[in-house]
Amino acid sequence: MDVEVLSRIQFAFTIAFHYIYPPLSIGLGLILVIMEGLYLKTGKKIYEDMTRFWIKIFALIFGLGVATGIIMEFEFGTNWATYSKYVGDIFGSALAAEGIFAFALESGFLGILLFGWNRVSSKVHFFSTIMVFLGSMFSAVWIVVANSWQQTPAGYHIVGDGLNARAEITDFWAMVFNPSSVDRLTHVWIGAFLAGAFLVLSVNAYYILKNKHLEIARPSFKIALAVATIFSLAQLFTGHKSADGVAVNQPAKLAALEGHFDSTAAADMYLLGWVNKESQTTSGLKIPGGLSFLIHYDFKTPVTGLNAFKPEDRPSQVNAVFQFYHIMVAIGMALIALTLYASWLWKRGTLFDKKWLMTIFVWAVLLPQIANQAGWFAAEMGRQPWVVYGLLRTSDALSNAVKAEQVLISLIMFTLVYLTLLILFLYLLNKKIQHGPVMTEHHGEDDESGDSSRRQNPIMHH
Amino acid sequence: MFLGIDYNTLWFLVFGAVITGYAILDGFDLGAGALHLFLKKEKSRRIALNAIGPVWDGNEVWLVIAGGALFAGFPVAYAAVFSAFYLPAMIFLIGLIWRAVAIEFRSKEPGPKWRLTWDIVYTFACVVVTLSLGLMLGNVALGLPLNEQKEFAGGMGTFFNPFSIMVAVTTLALFMTHGAIYLAMKTEDRLYTRLTILAKNFNIFFLVVFALTTLYTLLYIPHLSDKIRSNPAYFIFPAIMLLAIANIPRQLKKGNYGFAFISSSVTIAALLVAVAVEVFPNLLYASNNPANSITIDNAASSQKTMGTLLLIAAIGTPLVGIYTSFVFWTFKGKVKLDETSY
Repeated sequence: MDVEVLSRIQFAFTIAFHYIYPPLSIGLGLILVIMEGLYLKTGKKIYEDMTRFWIKIFALIFGLGVATGIIMEFEFGTNWATYSKYVGDIFGSALAAEGIFAFALESGFLGILLFGWNRVSSKVHFFSTIMVFLGSMFSAVWIVVANSWQQTPAGYHIVGDGLNARAEITDFWAMVFNPSSVDRLTHVWIGAFLAGAFLVLSVNAYYILKNKHLEIARPSFKIALAVATIFSLAQLFTGHKSADGVAVNQPAKLAALEGHFDSTAAADMYLLGWVNKESQTTSGLKIPGGLSFLIHYDFKTPVTGLNAFKPEDRPSQVNAVFQFYHIMVAIGMALIALTLYASWLWKRGTLFDKKWLMTIFVWAVLLPQIANQAGWFAAEMGRQPWVVYGLLRTSDALSNAVKAEQVLISLIMFTLVYLTLLILFLYLLNKKIQHGPVMTEHHGEDDESGDSSRRQNPIMHH
Repeated sequence: MFLGIDYNTLWFLVFGAVITGYAILDGFDLGAGALHLFLKKEKSRRIALNAIGPVWDGNEVWLVIAGGALFAGFPVAYAAVFSAFYLPAMIFLIGLIWRAVAIEFRSKEPGPKWRLTWDIVYTFACVVVTLSLGLMLGNVALGLPLNEQKEFAGGMGTFFNPFSIMVAVTTLALFMTHGAIYLAMKTEDRLYTRLTILAKNFNIFFLVVFALTTLYTLLYIPHLSDKIRSNPAYFIFPAIMLLAIANIPRQLKKGNYGFAFISSSVTIAALLVAVAVEVFPNLLYASNNPANSITIDNAASSQKTMGTLLLIAAIGTPLVGIYTSFVFWTFKGKVKLDETSY
């Protein structure tokens, strides 16, 4: 395999593995803010206990996010040196802003979130939790801005030509608010909220099935269900807005998402299907003219197809783009159905009566994870063959000084290291879940219970 | 231009300050990790881990900021340096991964074998990270072969020259001294006594390798001290450095660990300033053909972006300063283990 293929595999692998964790951190961050906020508001121990339990899980997830994230910062330089030179003026600014505005905030207050429970007042601790959550949200802002600029470049001009060509910012805010930034950011944020909410749902559904920790599991489940229901629905809107944007800004990607080739015809919308690139046909279960309707509110209007683009300007893996996109959409729909149904049962007061529903929730933790990954794969593979849409080809973006053997060595190292990390992560996560939240004794509000309950409160594991 | 200094030079100063901040802050974390196995008792190891527990992650962020600052301000240098150092950089990064997970995973199981495994991983990772940092620093100071496209034109063998290896070992010795001093500040009783002895020994180790590296540099790579020799005003940097180095054993002897810590921090900063003075205005000197060197001018982003970056730094730095100080202040004093500790 050549440097390009290996570098693409390595980038995809390292970023996909990394992306298991940050959405969970963002989503759990939101849930922690809600839980700890409820604790401060009501003073009920139950909320303190659940907050402390999820902080422990948050620490583990956050740790892996940090460990795998630091690679990403440097992988542009190691493997994509030409890209780095080309976009440094723009992409680098976003990364620098992320470091100073997001990571510093997040990592600074993380120390207090994890270790400060007995050192600062509960209000300061709550403030730290909010800061960690905001830091993770800001981090998403800058990363999505940087990536969106690759999808829909704006606020720049090209200086120099040939090997020395590079993009320079002409308008910082036009670069930040490029045509796809806002739609994609809200889509990413909500995807993260869902990832976090479904983790909390899964763990608590498990406790409910096992008849353990019910006093904590039920209210925790309800908090997460509320978050999951609201944002499953909201995701439909941000998804639709993103698709509208893709139609305007990246027609080749839109055509690939639905496997649409013929520019003179109305475009269909598939529920599931298969794209045959050679025969330029797509077959499957479809709504005829559905994509035309989605974009133009009319079933007959033609939509630009892949044929409108030169073969070298089309995504090469059309079927993969199609499949990833459809997996994401199908999961989005499933999450809406699942959360609406559960919320309806909640309203009727029978939420926890159906064992099969709790079993589904235990496994549903995987759904937002898969949807998040599939969405990014569709977005990134759909942008090909460009690394910066219409400006720089992926094949031109490599490090000329790096040889295939070097990339192969690092790819093997990453594979081994990350597999080990994944196994250890799942092992420790499971251990924490099995151990469960620790109930503190419920003393009266004004006795000096703080100290003794803390001493007995061993979320600790030493 | 700002205060009579051009944007590129200003950004060089900002980048240098961030790198220095990283070396001082993560330097004590890495040093504490590298000496971790010298501490024998389970409780000592836990106290040592919890001494850096609430802060190491924030300290590592300085590296992320440094990476972003180089990428944004000097993309040509960012591209050349990391593609040149491909494998050392990967080893450095994988070392950082293991450092992070070792700290996080160690406390999650009570078994002595589990803990010993992670202690070894932790120490090994910190040593590897520190050595590869030092190796890269040595090579940047020395320069690398670059082609006309300002891309690396050497092989793996290029990195393993005597000077860079000596710089790597010196970095390790300095970080271990720095880490031992930090831990001494955060501990009490017998562990404190043990750390004071370790700090003194590491400091001797540092003095020896530092002297050897300096001697080697003066004898065999005299051009690395050209600029300091040509301008008497620059003598202030080696002077401060030597005073700070001399002050470390003095403060150690008196038991003033706070001052010793300041001295080791100043030593780290002064060493980096000395390198920066010699290197400037190059970011990466082309050892095969000086015309191919990457300088702060031919590597810089557009002036508009440099202005934006300086504004970002001007807004961001005070904020970072405020919450970093707040976190350090919250966890000031000797380490006390509680149920939230590692």
